Amino acid sequence: MKSKEKSRRKRRNRWVFIGLVPFAIMVLAFQLAPVLSMITGSFRPDVGSGFTLHNYYTALHSPFYLKAIKNSLLISAYSSLIGIVVGLVCAYSVSRFSPAIRDRLLMLSNMTSNFAGVPLAFAYIILLGANGVFTLLFRHWGWSAFADFNLYSWSGLILVYVYFQIPLSMLLLYPAYYGIREQWKEAASLLGASSWQFWRTVGLPILAPSVFGTLGILFANAMGAYATAYALVGGNYNLLVIRIGSLVAGDVTNQPNLGSALAVLLAVSTLIAVFLNHWMTKRSAKYLTSGEGVG
Amino acid sequence: MTEKPRAGWGHVSLQVLLLVYLLLPLAATGLYAFAKNWQNTVLPKQWTLEWFNAMFTDMRFFTALWNSFYLCAISVALSLVVMLPAVFVLTVYFPKWESFMKGIVVLPYAVPGVVAAVGLIRTYSSGPIEIAGTAYILIGAYFVAVLPYMYQGIRNSMLTVSAPELMQAAELLGAKPIKAFLTVVFPNILPGVMISTLLSFSVLFGEFVLTNMLVGAHIPTIQVYLYQRSGESGHLSSAIGITYFVFILLLSMVLLKLGRRLNRGTRP
Repeated sequence: MKSKEKSRRKRRNRWVFIGLVPFAIMVLAFQLAPVLSMITGSFRPDVGSGFTLHNYYTALHSPFYLKAIKNSLLISAYSSLIGIVVGLVCAYSVSRFSPAIRDRLLMLSNMTSNFAGVPLAFAYIILLGANGVFTLLFRHWGWSAFADFNLYSWSGLILVYVYFQIPLSMLLLYPAYYGIREQWKEAASLLGASSWQFWRTVGLPILAPSVFGTLGILFANAMGAYATAYALVGGNYNLLVIRIGSLVAGDVTNQPNLGSALAVLLAVSTLIAVFLNHWMTKRSAKYLTSGEGVG
Repeated sequence: MTEKPRAGWGHVSLQVLLLVYLLLPLAATGLYAFAKNWQNTVLPKQWTLEWFNAMFTDMRFFTALWNSFYLCAISVALSLVVMLPAVFVLTVYFPKWESFMKGIVVLPYAVPGVVAAVGLIRTYSSGPIEIAGTAYILIGAYFVAVLPYMYQGIRNSMLTVSAPELMQAAELLGAKPIKAFLTVVFPNILPGVMISTLLSFSVLFGEFVLTNMLVGAHIPTIQVYLYQRSGESGHLSSAIGITYFVFILLLSMVLLKLGRRLNRGTRP
């Protein structure tokens, strides 16, 4: 009886395979083949054929590309760290509100994340660009503290990157606070622990996996951010994404294989960061028992 | 939650500060779009509809809007047609492959758009299928870009309505798999599928990297148009930017409404 049922199901399974064919074709054509082509291309010279590590050598030795990698890593690290700190504080604060207000606040902050990329770069140019509203206003008022600020530079990029990191950071971090139960705080204070001691020895260790996981997502997010940087500084600031874009689809230089090598390096960095998140989520799942006021 | 939330003045002012910070760029864009000139004052002195007028009389704006619209619609429709049967077959018949699927589907999430564009340009700018710079390559790229949203959305809806059990019941009663899917599972997952469809649409509507690198000025979408006009007038690009944002906002409000109704439906 059971084997009959099994063979009946098996016969049917042969047919249901058809449902997977279009999906397999699309993924092969537009996801796997391009990735494969990029990886093989990164080991090929731009002129001639054969196997070479020259593209990677150029990427990691030329001061120009090395600078791009360094700039990207630093901007991503700084903006993620600032995003995490602000996100931690704001997420804690948001978790103190009633669920109705909390959801409304999170919705508002998330709404602004639709305002990313090109429109966001413009908004900042309007506010703080060379002829920005604030720039002129500060000059008019004689506030010299802001006179040196340049939006199209390192500090400007960090400012804009932080803007799109904060809503994401808050959204990813606030559930973690629900893993810390109010009773634990009470127990700790009954045992004589100060608020600081509680957070240092109980709170933060529980939050740690979520913090590192979120850091991974934020870092990957910043490393791959193209539209904002492209619209803000164009080719004038040396960033990895900008270099890749101009090597592959640029008008002036066209070195697709060097571009591929840089793209592989970028993908490796974001994959590591996302993997960190995956690993940390697994760890924090141990603490965050399901349904603690979340959801 | 058992404890009473206690949000003191500190928390309230912190949240207000955060919202001001987050809404400031939006407000600036909005004001700039209506301002005649805005210099040395906190608020503009004179208002005008000139910039919106300029935008709505520019044929390129409507071309860009149409380009965005049809590219997103075709990509999302294609994704639905391909993903619905695939996710259905996987959740009902091959649940063991789920983790493998997750790997494939998460990839576009972990790999930045620039990297995806590099691979696509390499693959399709020469060789047997030369579709670089055409709408086809972009639709393919868009398909991959919305994979995570579509897969998660469809899969979650299937699991919430317990599609495998529904299928078993329907088949026990003598329905063929296709008929059981179309008459039993599909109507039940429709609201959830609608949400992922709209979400994917809004994600693609805001897409810039793939569009700019793969087709660029050949098929200017609304984002590329916004970028092109930016050099000319800040006021005009603000008008475009704010129009775009209002559109996305309306779309996400519909999404939210749908989501709320869905939650009420499943949890009476």
